[in-house]
Amino acid sequence: MTESLNGKAAIIGIGETEYSRGADKSSIGLMLEASLKAILDAGLKPNDIDGVIPYSLGPVAEEVMTGLNLTDVRYSAQTPLGGASPVAALQSAAAVIAAGVCRNVLVVLGRRGASESRVASRIAAMPQFRQISEFENPIGAIAPAQLYAPMARRHMELYGTNEDQFAEIAVTMRDHALLNDNAIMKKPLTVEEHHASRMISDPFRLFDCCLESDGGTAVVVSAADRAKDTRAPVTILGVAEGHPDSPSTITQRPDLMTLGLAKAAPRAFEMAGVKHADIDVAQIYDCFTYMVICELEDLGFCEKGEGGAFVEGGRIRLGGELPINTHGGLLSQAHIAGMNHVYELVRQLRGEGGPAQVEDAEIGLVTGYGDLGDGSVAIMQKGA
Amino acid sequence: MDEAYLKPLPEPSIDSQPYWDGLKERRVMLQQCADCGAVRHYPRPMCGECHSMNVDWVEASGRGVLYSWTVAHHPFHIGFRGETPYILALVQLDEGVRIQSQLLDANVEELKLGLAVEVVFGQATEDVVLPYFRVAK
Repeated sequence: MTESLNGKAAIIGIGETEYSRGADKSSIGLMLEASLKAILDAGLKPNDIDGVIPYSLGPVAEEVMTGLNLTDVRYSAQTPLGGASPVAALQSAAAVIAAGVCRNVLVVLGRRGASESRVASRIAAMPQFRQISEFENPIGAIAPAQLYAPMARRHMELYGTNEDQFAEIAVTMRDHALLNDNAIMKKPLTVEEHHASRMISDPFRLFDCCLESDGGTAVVVSAADRAKDTRAPVTILGVAEGHPDSPSTITQRPDLMTLGLAKAAPRAFEMAGVKHADIDVAQIYDCFTYMVICELEDLGFCEKGEGGAFVEGGRIRLGGELPINTHGGLLSQAHIAGMNHVYELVRQLRGEGGPAQVEDAEIGLVTGYGDLGDGSVAIMQKGA
Repeated sequence: MDEAYLKPLPEPSIDSQPYWDGLKERRVMLQQCADCGAVRHYPRPMCGECHSMNVDWVEASGRGVLYSWTVAHHPFHIGFRGETPYILALVQLDEGVRIQSQLLDANVEELKLGLAVEVVFGQATEDVVLPYFRVAK
């Protein structure tokens, strides 16, 4: 059962637009541009796409079909897990491919997160946040920074996690972004600048918080037998989503510091048949610096409470034991809701990472995190 | 008063109306399963322990401890401009459930896990009272 999706599907095409804080295209325009790039990169024609999974916030599948003039779509869906959606969409894509429903599924995300609908207003409109709206917004808990900061605070109080460790993550993401032509942040960041940045919601300072960005990213997931004949396939070995207990609100959760990813990760590793030591590169959803620490624990790279120490000493930098977010992440490349993390993992496993390439990267991992604690993870391998 | 009130207001549901009605009487009302006795929050139609839909409403003691917190410096909503910094407190009530609230009149330096706190009530609008907390006396 747990091996069900191992090797059944591969990502054969990837596409991204320019990432910016002011795109001259609409959200659907960004989605179509990224989609066409991914389809052509896969060596396909648009009408070869027979499944469409767009992001759950924004233009729907019908608009993608109309825009690309797709006439043979057999499956469309959304995976409403916030920032965990893109990787969860890989699970849905692999499942419908394994079931024989589709051959080529387009997973696409485009947004104008900087130009339109900033974070507080987006949340107010999301049905997933209904209980937050009724019981937490009136008291002044409005934005993710304020909702997630108590998780970080409790981690700091119980385990001694500290702002130097947060800074190590922020600075590492920035250094990686400087190697990427399609990253929004272009200037170096120091630990001192991190510590001096203004407090948003204690303990989160400005540079602990992700960007708000415009851009589009897409991938094509195809049946493994088809992938063999494509230029640069990357095979999905294991993929899973997981939901925390009390997913509709953080505050009522039995354990404030364990996320849905803790449930997804064992399933994905077992499905993939790989060990943690086999992971050459990891793209970790980094909406806030602390989340990287929490996810590394939930993934099983270290015990709960040890994530702060884990990121120290260059371990997560290029050249380190486990390079993380080689594109700069949500913190310094762009916030494309983690679809850019999927893109980057494929780029790395193709060996096309340019100056940020992890040497001999064969197996890698990408996570998603969103909607207050939903998690998703995919483990992939070079080739088909 | 209502005209000048810019903060978000709750939209009570069938499930939560008794909670908001209780606050207007300056009481924190919690759902208790009428069959197995489990207390739950936020208000919802079914007991997660025994899946009964029979519910009683009981008054909470209003006492609890600080489970975690954040100090909000950036106002993400127009209604909170001019009020930052404020302490957002996650309070574990003696009844076992938690309430998201603000901790009033506290020094950030004295905050620690397990700090004893007690409820105070704040009149938001004519129709809405919100639960706040302060360090227990």
